[in-house]
Amino acid sequence: MQSFIQSVINKYEVSPVRLLHILREVQAESQHISPEAIELIASGLNIPRTQIISVVEFYNFLHLTPRGKYDILISDSITDHMLGKQNLMNYFASQLNVTIGEIRPDGLVNLDSTSCTGMCDQGPAGLVNGYALTHLDRPRIDAITQQIEQEIPIEQWPAEFFAVADNIYKAGLLLQSPVEKGEALKARYQRGLTETLSEIDISGLRGRGGAGFKTAMKWRFCSEETETERYVVCNADEGEPGTFKDRVLLNSYAQQVFEGMTVCASIIGAEQGFLYLRGEYLHLYEKLQNILVERREAGLLGANILGQDLNFDIEIRLGLGAYICGEESALIESLEGKRGIPRNRPPYPVSQGYLNKPTVVNNVETFMAAAKITVTGGQWFADVGTKQSDGTKILSISGDCAKPGIYEYPFGTSIAQVLHDCGAYDVFGVQVGGPSGTFISAQELDRVLAFEDLATGGSFIIFDQSRNILDMVKNFTHFFAHESCGFCTPCRVGTSLLKKQLDKIVDGHGSAGDVAALEELCQLVNNNSHCGLGQTAANPILSTLQRYPELYEKKLKQISYEPGFDLDASLATARRLANRNDAGAHLAQVEED
Amino acid sequence: MSKTITIDGQEIPFQDGQTIMDAAIEANVYIPHLCHNPDYTPHGSCKLCTVKVNGRNCSACTFPASEGQDIINKSNDLEKDRKRITQMLFVEGNHFCPSCEKTGNCQLQAVAYHLDMHDNHFPHFFAKREMDASHPDILIDHDRCIFCNLCVRASREKDGKDVFAISGRGINKRLIVNSKSGQLKDSDIELNDYAAHICPTGAILIKRTGYQVPIGQRIYDHQQIDEVALAKEHK
Repeated sequence: MQSFIQSVINKYEVSPVRLLHILREVQAESQHISPEAIELIASGLNIPRTQIISVVEFYNFLHLTPRGKYDILISDSITDHMLGKQNLMNYFASQLNVTIGEIRPDGLVNLDSTSCTGMCDQGPAGLVNGYALTHLDRPRIDAITQQIEQEIPIEQWPAEFFAVADNIYKAGLLLQSPVEKGEALKARYQRGLTETLSEIDISGLRGRGGAGFKTAMKWRFCSEETETERYVVCNADEGEPGTFKDRVLLNSYAQQVFEGMTVCASIIGAEQGFLYLRGEYLHLYEKLQNILVERREAGLLGANILGQDLNFDIEIRLGLGAYICGEESALIESLEGKRGIPRNRPPYPVSQGYLNKPTVVNNVETFMAAAKITVTGGQWFADVGTKQSDGTKILSISGDCAKPGIYEYPFGTSIAQVLHDCGAYDVFGVQVGGPSGTFISAQELDRVLAFEDLATGGSFIIFDQSRNILDMVKNFTHFFAHESCGFCTPCRVGTSLLKKQLDKIVDGHGSAGDVAALEELCQLVNNNSHCGLGQTAANPILSTLQRYPELYEKKLKQISYEPGFDLDASLATARRLANRNDAGAHLAQVEED
Repeated sequence: MSKTITIDGQEIPFQDGQTIMDAAIEANVYIPHLCHNPDYTPHGSCKLCTVKVNGRNCSACTFPASEGQDIINKSNDLEKDRKRITQMLFVEGNHFCPSCEKTGNCQLQAVAYHLDMHDNHFPHFFAKREMDASHPDILIDHDRCIFCNLCVRASREKDGKDVFAISGRGINKRLIVNSKSGQLKDSDIELNDYAAHICPTGAILIKRTGYQVPIGQRIYDHQQIDEVALAKEHK
């Protein structure tokens, strides 16, 4: 144990900022982080043991108690549910003879749920020991069960279990003409620094993660900081349920993304970059590492890039299952080997980011677009889109449609057009921008994709008339409660209260006043939370409550008050103690009148 | 000519580098707070000090004061939200004021009275949290922890130790102790550490000192928390 842990620590250069990677390897070896491992890592890295415990407890993919040798997680995205997740999971549990949420007594396997794994176009999906499983159905589950019972290492499982398709159905400006390797960097040096930045400015490019900050402005602010040690970070932690475009961009356009990061480094004066890759995309890790090697060999990363005195390299750091790490300051904390707690702002990352040095954090798609703009100039991009939203947006489309996958549209495209292209009929509504975005009804399909109307990081989930929209609201609300980091009171307690209050209504225990109480709580959480997670956590309830109040009202009982707990079930202990089970020992929930 | 901000119509001077809370305390203006203590790095997590700065909600304890800010501290909306946030803290843990040694000296209780809180409003979580009575002199009653992080900061910033840390995620957040056994008795904490005395609630108590001051003669039995806080924090 000691020599193994020491070798892992040495592999990561005894660097506490690489704690997540160290823990990942220890967990892979012994299916958990044992008390002994905690002591060894703490002394090896010279950090308090509490930092290790708190990191392990923060990230979904790390554990203080042993997991099964085969750790199976099924994606809990609403799209997986729409594809029959619950039935399938019950079937899986019966085949494996395991209780959901528990480890099988022989320690071989466990089965549990996990937040959206980014495979909504090819679900139901899951993960086995961190590697993506797609297109789960009963025959596939039977086959997987067989592999597990025979204890076949997952490296030897049939490759088709792990096949991940790109599913690009509509390529626009960016997807149809990728830049050649090195092309953007050459263009950058032909144009010069100021001119390149000015082209990016002219392009009007805004951050593609959803917030829409102007990219050129961010880069300029960072380059103007007095501190000269600066960093470039690519945010590939796309955890918004329903989003999977970055998975495709990194699978098929990674050269261009890395090139965009390198262009950024040459402009802001950074020597080190990071790709923060969500843990769910472990299957891309080796491929991306190889691309970085290729780029170093081609003189496009490393020392003296293109003979231009530019020194820059990129390191990939993997996440470990925490939606909040998509928030840029939480992402930076995670990059530093800590819990992903969003920082107080100001200061903003452009002035105090990674290791408190000026840092540009951009989305995968933003870097990809920046590389292309460097080659073609800004006007080409600015000519497309709307007044406030230039260029195109890449959407991850899933849910009820014929062709779920990747679609690139000019900003300004109507929702109706998108629905037509992907083969969606009989639409009830669309969730644009994921759970933190907006739900629009079938009466609003003339609305458009744009920062000034429907801003989106790319998630686009379609619901047809057969769906019960409250199932969606419940799924999203539980998601936020599960992913709240717990830092601030309104989000930590509020998201759990939202979950309780919504469940009370949806499960038929609500009475007069409960919907108003729910709405008040929504406002409280949205208005007082520390970061974007809490500030949008009530959106699924608010946007559906606004559009379909009758769906909520219909769930209420026609009585003045209904307790939030099961009265009769609460008496079970008393009945057991009194050894009674007659009618008189039971209570109706509420006397209906 | 010094720079100023405006809080509820009152002009208040500030110096560069000060937060809104710093400037307010200096001007004898009380903004409710629980996780803030001017002797430690601001944390910004309890959100009681939320004020409206030019129309936007900000945490006064972490947000830098800057020239011309128009700040609302007292309004019906803010007071109501603060009351609700305090109620959230009450239902999240297990707070039984009448049987708590800290009653009358407790900032959580005092803030609740200050905000005119008469009930818990929200359903209780009935969290199951274990007590750590292992240490000969110091007791941790996790039921009363509100995750203000002050013991964590006091241990690190004043005592030069790392006795406490916050672990867990979301509603499973918890206070942990830096010792191999996880128990306080095996940690580096000592009776005279700042961390042992900083708790605003009854989560960290000193043993054998209980009820030395009778109920009725305690800090908040006679004074509101705003007066007490300003008298202590205003220097």
